Amino acid sequence: MSTFPWLTVTAVLPLIGALVLVFVKGSMARIVGLAFSLVTLVLSIVMAVAFTPGEGIQFVEEAPWIPAIGASYSLGIDGMGLLMVLLTTILVPVVMIATWDDPETTTGRWTSQSFFGLSLLLEGLALYVFMATDVLLFYLFFEATLIPMYFLIGGFGGAKRQAAALKFLLFSLVGGLVMLVAVIGIYAVTAGLGQPTYNLGTLQTLAGAGLFDGNIGRWLFAGFFIAFAVKAPMVPVHTWLPDAAEASTPGGATLMVSVLDKIGTFGMLRFCLGLFPEASVWATPLVLVLALISVIYGAMAAIGQRNLMRLVAFTSVSHFGFIVMGIFAMTTAGLSGSIFYMFNHGLSTAALFLVVGYLIKRRGSADVAAFGGVEKVAPVMAGFLLVSGLSALGLPGMSSFVSEFMVLAGTFASHPWIGAIAAIGLVLAALYVTNMYQRTMTGPVTEQVAATVRTDLNGRERLAIIPLFALILVLGFFPQPALEVTEPVADRTMSVVEAYGVAEPAPQIPEGQN
Amino acid sequence: MNATFDYGLLIVAIAPIAIVFGGACLSLLAEAVMPRGARWGTQLVLSLVVLIAALVASFMMWGNPQTLAQDQTAMLMVDPPALAMWMLLLVFGALSMLLFAERAVYGGVSAFTPSGAAIPGSHDERAASEARFEHSEVFTLALFSIAGMMMFLASNNLLMMFVALEIMSLPLYLLSGLGRRRRLLSQEAALKYFLLGSLASAFFLFGVALVFGYAGSFNLSVIDASIGASPISYAVLIAGILMMLVGLLFKAGAVPFHNWVPDVYAGAPTPVTAFMAVCTKIAAVGGIMRVLYVGLGAARWDWQPVLAVVAILTMLVGGVLGLVQTDVKRLLAYSSIAHAGYILVAIVGAAQLGTGVGGMTSVSAVTFYLLTYGVATLGAFAMLTMVRDNGAEVTQMSGWAGLGRKSPMFGVVMAIFMLSFTGIPLTAGFMGKWAVFAAAFQGGWGWLALVGVLLSVVSAVYYLRVIAVMFFREPVEGPEVVPGFSAATLIVVVLGVIATVLLGIVPGPAMGFLQQASEFLRIGMM
Repeated sequence: MSTFPWLTVTAVLPLIGALVLVFVKGSMARIVGLAFSLVTLVLSIVMAVAFTPGEGIQFVEEAPWIPAIGASYSLGIDGMGLLMVLLTTILVPVVMIATWDDPETTTGRWTSQSFFGLSLLLEGLALYVFMATDVLLFYLFFEATLIPMYFLIGGFGGAKRQAAALKFLLFSLVGGLVMLVAVIGIYAVTAGLGQPTYNLGTLQTLAGAGLFDGNIGRWLFAGFFIAFAVKAPMVPVHTWLPDAAEASTPGGATLMVSVLDKIGTFGMLRFCLGLFPEASVWATPLVLVLALISVIYGAMAAIGQRNLMRLVAFTSVSHFGFIVMGIFAMTTAGLSGSIFYMFNHGLSTAALFLVVGYLIKRRGSADVAAFGGVEKVAPVMAGFLLVSGLSALGLPGMSSFVSEFMVLAGTFASHPWIGAIAAIGLVLAALYVTNMYQRTMTGPVTEQVAATVRTDLNGRERLAIIPLFALILVLGFFPQPALEVTEPVADRTMSVVEAYGVAEPAPQIPEGQN
Repeated sequence: MNATFDYGLLIVAIAPIAIVFGGACLSLLAEAVMPRGARWGTQLVLSLVVLIAALVASFMMWGNPQTLAQDQTAMLMVDPPALAMWMLLLVFGALSMLLFAERAVYGGVSAFTPSGAAIPGSHDERAASEARFEHSEVFTLALFSIAGMMMFLASNNLLMMFVALEIMSLPLYLLSGLGRRRRLLSQEAALKYFLLGSLASAFFLFGVALVFGYAGSFNLSVIDASIGASPISYAVLIAGILMMLVGLLFKAGAVPFHNWVPDVYAGAPTPVTAFMAVCTKIAAVGGIMRVLYVGLGAARWDWQPVLAVVAILTMLVGGVLGLVQTDVKRLLAYSSIAHAGYILVAIVGAAQLGTGVGGMTSVSAVTFYLLTYGVATLGAFAMLTMVRDNGAEVTQMSGWAGLGRKSPMFGVVMAIFMLSFTGIPLTAGFMGKWAVFAAAFQGGWGWLALVGVLLSVVSAVYYLRVIAVMFFREPVEGPEVVPGFSAATLIVVVLGVIATVLLGIVPGPAMGFLQQASEFLRIGMM
């Protein structure tokens, strides 16, 4: 089992699928595309079963790539990588099923053949991002994911899709290129030692020995952090997300927010904290404040949105604030909760985007004001929206509650004030979800809704969402399997930053009382 | 020259240049004695054979140091960087020849005017066209130009360098004026290029005179040794460096000496534009590096800041002015200016191998960049010739609307070239950008690398616009991708796209190869 290149096969399979879709014509293309994504899902599940929690980076593969500059083709996944790989492989088939014939029904756009092809291309590249244990390899795929996403927005979205696609690409490119300088910086620093290297393990050892302490490390940290902050979207570099989400299709928005944006928080944990612990500790106050602003501002902006897609996008800004906060709170509970949160947020946002997409497809408008009383004509759809919404607001019993609680508890332990203020975000979340539900689903059935929303969800549409709900509920009641894989990652990260004066807060129970 | 000078070794060392020069003379002879009908094919075959023979000769010398220059006072310094850039020149030169030879795309005639001396629109021109005259000497001119370029970047002596500069430039002036269509524009381009080019040459020559006045020698190594040791005022040296830089930067198309680039690129026949954009750039950049590193290495603190400003301006102008272009050919011209800027960033960095420092030097980084830039540029210009409306080349961006939907293969390939120019990973352009910015960072110019990447976002906008126009706009009537193009263009495009993708995914072998061409030879390095 250890010799078989599991990771390469899993990541290359969707890429092959994308290539095959170039040649397969007609409706067969969709079936072939879905088949490829399902086989990838099965492979990743097999990996998850074979994964041993607590044994660090597993399924390691290494091959020489560019020896001249110390870059190698090295892959491997730890607990966080595994969750992200699973999230990606779960969501791609879900999106495919949910938006099975969407591109065909809207005239003058591209075909679903290219949508499926681009989704598979995106899946393969994103899987490589989560698996790469070489900094240059990571960067390569990090930037390469922009291209399929650019076409997914620009080729399929609404009226403003071209401008939104360009805005998405330029924001990401600026962030990515700033990071490129930092990536080059790592090369320059290690080349100064005699042998340039991009190997994550070697770099972590060097970082542990204090190679990146001081000014150079802080500059490099800033390069990485800016790119990840654009990606994850944090206030104030989040403005591309609502535009891109509004202009793209629900399927495209799901892949963008649930999968691609995770690279931001994934990267912060793995590269910012992992390679530049000294600089991360140094930057913590600023990052925590920005995260807090994201939590509150994202939630308030969501309350004020008139467009459903923008609303969901802003809820994500708020959630990403929580995730970043948990990472930079630098406690085991916060880190572990954040990793779990990434997974849960991916599931619940996907459900939200896709159900909202069902609504928009029927009604032909994404305005909140265009709806009213939908629960009377399409009760199942209303129910689905309610469950996705409750998952987004972190209702106990849903998996997102567990992770949100852990993030808040972890933050409270190390930074009580930040944690206390962030708790307001929970109240605001309840407000935007219930408010949206009330305005679109309840009340009298408006004339336009009665005329347009004639059918409830069909079997295919339900089939796409139900696995997401199942996962959310199961992990809500039994989060242990997920936490078992996240905690070792959190422990390892804590051991890195503890060298720089970060201490695990002691339990607040006086001696002798327990 | 000492008495034991070995002329046999000298011949071996300059074999690639000698082959190209000899081939050019042979080609001239063929032009004089061959019957008109047989010339075109003969010239094409002859020039390809000559270039490939020179390439083989360069390969045989590679990694074989005893055949390289042994004499520090030599006029030509055949060292690994020179060899590496010769190979690039010869490969790209041969590919350009294929573009020169293309006829099918132009409706059975060549891209060149049947009679360059005839007045546009005159009876003579029509008669020449009806008689199906052809300027088969374009191959001869290009061969002479390539020989000049090879000399230029290997010159170890400023006077030799000036001679080489003229040898490479004069044929280019002529070639730019030989367009078959829009002849007035083509002639205007040639005149503009000639006048400005001569002015730049004059500047270069005057700079050489001043540097000679300071150092008392034309030899680069001697100049380097005399810096700081000469009794003449240092200001003379500085003035000389600046004036030489004017001439050199002109050839590379760097701001503020870039004005000719858009007009000449747009006016010249597209195959010639491709040849200039790639081969002239290689020669100019090679020459700049040799003069600055070998001849003026000791004065680097004086030229580095100047060149840094030039690099920033070049990237800025290439990026910002490219934004407002509506013509794809002019857009590629501004793109070539911007690329000159990225190359200058690496040159400013002047990264060298020191004790305990591994990785790539500025020289190998720039050479690698030229490779990645060359494959995509030749490919993109070759693609440009295929877009036609009623036989006329369509370079207006509006005519390209929806091309990617009408001809998906064309759209995808052009998109790959554009992404490579943008520097998106998994294309060659990214690894090239990585290499040049890494060289700058290693040389202690990290901030310049940061400025460089940020300015590259500006030019990303117009590359992406080409993609957006091809794929997201509604197709327009008229412009089509010509289905009938010959194998010549196809070879260039296919090689270009394969190299662009391969260098992006597995750049290891090419980087490792060019890593051997890390330093120029100079005094004290033997």
